[in-house]
Amino acid sequence: MQLLRKVYRFGSTKHRFASDIKSTNRQKMNLFQAINNALDIELGANPKALLFGEDVKFGGVFRCSQGLNEKYGTDRVFNTPLCEQGIGAFGIGLASVGYTAIAEIQFGDYIFPAFDQIVNEAAKFRYRSGDQFNCGSLTIRSTWGAVGHGALYHSQSPEAYFAHTPGLKVVVPRDPIQAKGLLLASIRDKNPVIFFEPKALYRNAEDEVPLDDYELELSKAEVVQQGKHITLIGYGTQIRVLKEAAKLAEKDGVSCEIIDLQTIYPYDGQTLVDSVKKTGRCIISHEAPQTCGMGAELSAYIQERCFLHLEAPIKRVTGYDTPFPLVHEPIYLPDKFKIYEAIKQSVNY
Amino acid sequence: MIFRISRSCFSSISVKLPPFKVHHLELDQLPQTATTTSAELLAYYKSMQLQRRMEIACDNLYKQRLIRGFLHLADGQESIYEGLHAGLTFDDCVITAYRDHCIALLRGDTPHQIIAEMMAKQTGSTKGKGGSMHYYKKATNFYGGHGIVGAQIPLGTGLAFAQKYLKKPNVTLIMFGDGAANQGQLYEAANMAQLWHLPAIYFIENNLFGMGTSIDRASANTKFYTRGDVIPGIQIDGNNVFQVRETLKFAKKHCLEKGPIFIEAMTYRYHGHSMSDPGVTYRTREEVQQQRKTRDCINYVKNIILENKVADEHQLEEIDNTAQNEIDIAVEQAKVDPVPPSTELATDVYVDNQNHFIRGILYKDSILPKSQ
Repeated sequence: MQLLRKVYRFGSTKHRFASDIKSTNRQKMNLFQAINNALDIELGANPKALLFGEDVKFGGVFRCSQGLNEKYGTDRVFNTPLCEQGIGAFGIGLASVGYTAIAEIQFGDYIFPAFDQIVNEAAKFRYRSGDQFNCGSLTIRSTWGAVGHGALYHSQSPEAYFAHTPGLKVVVPRDPIQAKGLLLASIRDKNPVIFFEPKALYRNAEDEVPLDDYELELSKAEVVQQGKHITLIGYGTQIRVLKEAAKLAEKDGVSCEIIDLQTIYPYDGQTLVDSVKKTGRCIISHEAPQTCGMGAELSAYIQERCFLHLEAPIKRVTGYDTPFPLVHEPIYLPDKFKIYEAIKQSVNY
Repeated sequence: MIFRISRSCFSSISVKLPPFKVHHLELDQLPQTATTTSAELLAYYKSMQLQRRMEIACDNLYKQRLIRGFLHLADGQESIYEGLHAGLTFDDCVITAYRDHCIALLRGDTPHQIIAEMMAKQTGSTKGKGGSMHYYKKATNFYGGHGIVGAQIPLGTGLAFAQKYLKKPNVTLIMFGDGAANQGQLYEAANMAQLWHLPAIYFIENNLFGMGTSIDRASANTKFYTRGDVIPGIQIDGNNVFQVRETLKFAKKHCLEKGPIFIEAMTYRYHGHSMSDPGVTYRTREEVQQQRKTRDCINYVKNIILENKVADEHQLEEIDNTAQNEIDIAVEQAKVDPVPPSTELATDVYVDNQNHFIRGILYKDSILPKSQ
């Protein structure tokens, strides 16, 4: 069993970008270790923080809660039965009396039994009670996205369903450093947040993650790569794909600006608009199906504000409008070739 | 296992059934013995061996990465599937969760189709589009094959409603596990079934663990056969093919006359929850081995066969080899089958499938929609 990293509790520092963090106190971690570290920090600093979900106690099926039950005890880190609706609703109840409820839904594909609770109860609590009550200290963590062999029910990206619900916040990190900062910010944000963790990156993404208690601002997008000719917008695992596509385009002399949305809703529209006004072209890419995906929303928002700056229509390179397939996953996913193709079409418009 | 065997002069063999536990039923309504014949015993043995060998073959294929994704094996639970096959007919509907390979086999798919499906080949039972968790067969009323825990329960209740509405002399067997028994949708569905007297059999495969969580740590009431509240319930030994069969026959009669029933079949899975679960972090290897030695469902039938001299060890070994052979041939065939063409990505989304532009792996191999 891995030893838990030493936790620094000097109080949290808030940053706009991960690059602002000057700490030299870092450790190589992958995504699940970074999440684990964030949870450890919160459970340590906040005696009212509780972590619960299916199989959370032994460490979680993706090892995100490894060692936490041993450290904080079963009255703070515990298992629930197999009942997503129960988990969601239970979390709302806990949050409404002031506990910091961190509920885990094992796969994003399973979040739907809890959909009513999240959309109707959690999102509207503050509004319908005239601010007498709220469940702001609720954070729902769930796994997200394609993993290579997940098929229909272990690969979905359900962010769009929740982005359509005012009252909620939806966050998707791209890397361990962002994940830790965004998760801590999400937990401490006084609104219910759904935090989707790209499962494909749990082991594959590694970085030197600061050991401090730090938060990264929500509702702020980050320009991951500066560019001149076209803006590529994405989030989560897709940022890596965008970077690959940008490399292909670079050989043709096209310089791509890549933006990580980070907070899906409420999103940082200003950063997107500033970028597209500069480049004049835009591609939005995500694994979720095309119709009514985040690409649709962002396209509408950007064209409304950048119409006279656009040199080409905004393109969306996304999953097809089909259920997430079994063996056809490589064809379904918006890979670097499809994005490269879209870049070419946009630049040559 | 203690049983008394007596042989009648018509070469039928009587088997004493293990005790039942009942809820809102009288014990004397249930049979104490079951009768079987030599032919039937051998048929059960062969079928269960085939199931067992198929599951083990899938384990091997997964380790060779020829099957990918999520694989949930049912070895150890074969008698449940054999019993449901013997106790019900193909006009009775069956619906289950993702531990469904053996039901697919008993509801008419060949080992080749089943293995090919898991390997995502187009010769598979569902064209290679479903995979291990999604087997279906319309011709034998097998309604699948579902990934989301508990989602099949209200669905099955709907099937039972249809059967009653259409005045069919048939029932729906709704199968789920001990983990799913804590899903709210079970209680919503069961309430409707009892209210409207639907011919629904709520069948709980209690293998003592929901993934890695033991039943006492997940359920306040682990007497799952009583969880139907006012709905009658029976607890049986799921590893006894005869008890499963006789109970289902009784249940069918009950459902058609009165309404829903809960059946809890105590059983055990040798593998972990799925291939990513070694199955020994929440239970000991000794426990698994003990189950294999003392409660194995195939050994139970084997012992009856040997005790009654229906066949000898050598003949049984031949049956084992035949079964293994059948599976080996199926595996080899499935290995060389092609995967479904890329056009299948966009078929079956709607009934009058909208034509999509499907981009091929290379742009030049793309498929243009007909309307363009």
